[in-house]
Amino acid sequence: MKNILEVKDLHTSFFTHLGEVKAVNGVSFAVGPGEVIGIVGESGSGKSVTSLSIINLLPFPGKIVGGSILFAGKELINLPEKEMQKIRGNEISIIFQDPMTSLNPVFTVGNQIMEPLVRHRGLSRDEARQKAIEMLAMVGIPSPEKRINQYPHEFSGGMRQRVMIAMALCCRPKLLIADEPTTALDVTIQAQIIELMKDLRDKTGTSIILITHDLGVVAEVCSRVIVMYAGSIIEQGNRRDIFYRPRHPYTRGLLRSVPGIRAKQKERLKPIDGQPPDLLNTAAGCPFYPRCEHAMLICAEERPSYTEFSSAHKAACWLYHPLAPRVERSI
Amino acid sequence: MEKLPVFGISPDKFKPLPAGIKETIKSTRQGETYWQDARRRLKQNKLAMLGLYTIIFIILLAIFGPVFSPYSYSDQFLDKQGLGPCKEFWFGTDTLGRDLFVRVLYGARISLAVGFVASLINLTVGVIYGGIAGLAGGKVDNIMMRIVDIFYSIPLILYVILLMVLIGPGLKSIFIALGLVYWMDMARIVRAQVLSLKEQEFVMAARVLGADSKRILFRHLIPNCIGPIIITISMNIPMAIFTEAFLSFLGLGVAVPMASWGVLASDALPAIRSYPHILFFPAMAISITMLAFNFLGDGLRDALDPRLRK
Amino acid sequence: MNREEILVEVSHLKKYFASRPGFFRKRQTVVKAVDDVSFQIHRGETLGLVGESGCGKTTVGRTIIRLYPATAGKIVYAGLDITNFTEKQMFPLRKKIQMIFQDPYASLNARMTVGDIIGEPLDIHGIAAGRQRKEMIMELLNKVGLSPEHASRYPHEFSGGQRQRIGIARAMAVEPEFIICDEPLSALDVSIQAQVVNLLEDLQSKLGLTYLFIAHDLSMVKHISNRIGVMYLGKLVELASSNDLYQNPLHPYTRALLSAIPVPDPDTADQKQRIILEGDVPSPINPPEGCRFRTRCRHARTGCGESTPEMKEVEPGHFVACYLAHDGYSG
Repeated sequence: MKNILEVKDLHTSFFTHLGEVKAVNGVSFAVGPGEVIGIVGESGSGKSVTSLSIINLLPFPGKIVGGSILFAGKELINLPEKEMQKIRGNEISIIFQDPMTSLNPVFTVGNQIMEPLVRHRGLSRDEARQKAIEMLAMVGIPSPEKRINQYPHEFSGGMRQRVMIAMALCCRPKLLIADEPTTALDVTIQAQIIELMKDLRDKTGTSIILITHDLGVVAEVCSRVIVMYAGSIIEQGNRRDIFYRPRHPYTRGLLRSVPGIRAKQKERLKPIDGQPPDLLNTAAGCPFYPRCEHAMLICAEERPSYTEFSSAHKAACWLYHPLAPRVERSI
Repeated sequence: MEKLPVFGISPDKFKPLPAGIKETIKSTRQGETYWQDARRRLKQNKLAMLGLYTIIFIILLAIFGPVFSPYSYSDQFLDKQGLGPCKEFWFGTDTLGRDLFVRVLYGARISLAVGFVASLINLTVGVIYGGIAGLAGGKVDNIMMRIVDIFYSIPLILYVILLMVLIGPGLKSIFIALGLVYWMDMARIVRAQVLSLKEQEFVMAARVLGADSKRILFRHLIPNCIGPIIITISMNIPMAIFTEAFLSFLGLGVAVPMASWGVLASDALPAIRSYPHILFFPAMAISITMLAFNFLGDGLRDALDPRLRK
Repeated sequence: MNREEILVEVSHLKKYFASRPGFFRKRQTVVKAVDDVSFQIHRGETLGLVGESGCGKTTVGRTIIRLYPATAGKIVYAGLDITNFTEKQMFPLRKKIQMIFQDPYASLNARMTVGDIIGEPLDIHGIAAGRQRKEMIMELLNKVGLSPEHASRYPHEFSGGQRQRIGIARAMAVEPEFIICDEPLSALDVSIQAQVVNLLEDLQSKLGLTYLFIAHDLSMVKHISNRIGVMYLGKLVELASSNDLYQNPLHPYTRALLSAIPVPDPDTADQKQRIILEGDVPSPINPPEGCRFRTRCRHARTGCGESTPEMKEVEPGHFVACYLAHDGYSG
């Protein structure tokens, strides 16, 4: 099957007065049709910048420096803004973390859902309204005929996120990018949204890129997982590869630092030492080596290339070089 | 299965990294303090820098200019009345034969003194009044701010005329009039800042540590208001200077033979048809000073206002 | 150390926030942020307090430490009724009770150096000055895993985790015995959370500290707490030892909350039957009559709306406020 999205060697930098911040540093991945792919990483890992690069909505002073983004066979980098607008909200939709600020407070929810339908799909107002009600019902908003005339402030956080999802899906996009869609929500509301995303995944066949820092959310929804650190993909693979056979020391560390909810005995947590990377002072070599327990001389000097463990599973780590010492698997 | 990476790397490279190397990697991130950032942004603003240099130049002239001038502001040359600008008298002389240049310099002294007094009142009365109102909140705040509202509703001219009656015209009554008025903007701005800052966690942390109100106000709240305070001062100084010029122009300010810019402009009026240059130079001095302060004020606002930061 | 010694006793604590009647709105609205909450904290233990946003957990902490005056009820600290203490009477207790805050960015004064931030409690209580003060600051920095040269820097030079360490050092400066941790992890990256948890645990075991640990992340609370209280809409609904609470949750809300946590384990995630709560948390201005959870509870009966269920000890040490649980229902 042909991929919906192919990102190749993407470089995005922010040019600040302190110097160039390499937020995304050579990222390549592909998303197949109907696939739900998770991008996990901590703050500063470049996961959000990657998604903003795809839809060309980088905030100042961010700029794509190199690489290619192929969407349905079309190159998105350097596409004129006019063309991009036709794709954005129509073929690629994005939902953001904060449902409070993503909706315009002076328009009714109905108006905001109908707008892209009228503009991109050429529907009449009545048709668009009908469709909007349908969409609200699909994302589980009770009595949508009534709610459609209400303003965003009349919705709770969870409900607003549902409205955002309805808005994102109303033009039947080929690709949905969800940037931390549940981070601002409470646990029980997060559970509602997770169930809704699973439901949509099965019903609509839209490809989804789910960006999150929460490993739990990824384990529940995604079929494939990309782990990012300091602007690079350090490991990617199928869900079971990442959670049961993680190869990169960072992925392992991440999984180890979450306490097991079912652990009966109180065990001491095993955190990853050190601080998140400072992207302004990227050293040569592997971005993770300053925090890595297995760091070797080579790690500080040269960036590791990917080692493939199966067709889908690969990690960038010097430990898998034939000359490297065997490190006992500790997970 | 495993794709082999490039060989030809010395096996020694795969020895563990000595612990010391990791430690030497910077443990804190690079960053600028608030002031470094503000200075950089101000420097990028050419107009603001022009304003700043102009103000420094005016201050230096006001302080040292009269010292090097061969004339004093009251020296009269009865044979040289109403001269135009020439080598001897750079700005010419007025209708009484006094050197206009040195009189404009003296005017600058008065204007700057007025600006200085206004900012002093701003800094003391305004900041502390607003700070206390904001920190106390509730009823105290309500009463304090209504008092400000009442003061605001009385026109400045009324104060000045009353003061003239009581004390008589002169610099003293101008300072008192400014003192009565020029703290209110600052009080309002500081109060609004303090109201929002006091709910922040660092203030709660100070309270939990047992810090008293004085400490919270002076160590925590006011230092975090410095940006808006500087912006307000830089906007209020030119207003005060202009107010003085305006009052003096109306004859409510500094008395002759003292020379403030307002007095100079007002003196020039009767002879404006024959000697327009006598009005031109003090008017130019007022305009340049106002523009310089306004450019600097705008630049400071852009540099210090956190909402405009990226 | 006597484990059974009660250090903090909160009984029937109420905290209402009243909005002042405005010019246009004559009627006063009252938000019942904390409504009749009772619990005890034993010396040397960690009591966890969990619940979703708006449940009143943060207000409980701030009322105990007298940032807010209590509306009604009693707070007893080490045998002393501090409910109506003046600021002057509280002063000596400020050395005993300390707090760690949620937001590592807002909780440090940006205009002070790290040394002055940590030194402030020493100045306020006249603990040390001059050379001695300097030495104590160094020692405190050391204690929380920072290095002495950090004292002259400003907070913005540090990452979130390091800032949280500075906040901990500030609280430790007065050598407190009881620390209220108000969501100290929620703003931190996953790999950093574990570092801070370990630090808190180390300090506790070394110094015999008592914690009230407020959080919304149930897995971390479970890890750090001996006992856990669950709050919903201003009320404590269940209180039990952390193992009991997770093995045998009795309140329907606790069950829903536990099942809502996303687990970073694909196999469990796939098999899990999630209890999805319908709707949103009702407004604390006008909470439901009787049991506050009944509007979202799938087991609600007619009796639930008539009177408010009391906290009852159904098993040794396991308290729950639910009529069904009182009657011994399960499943």
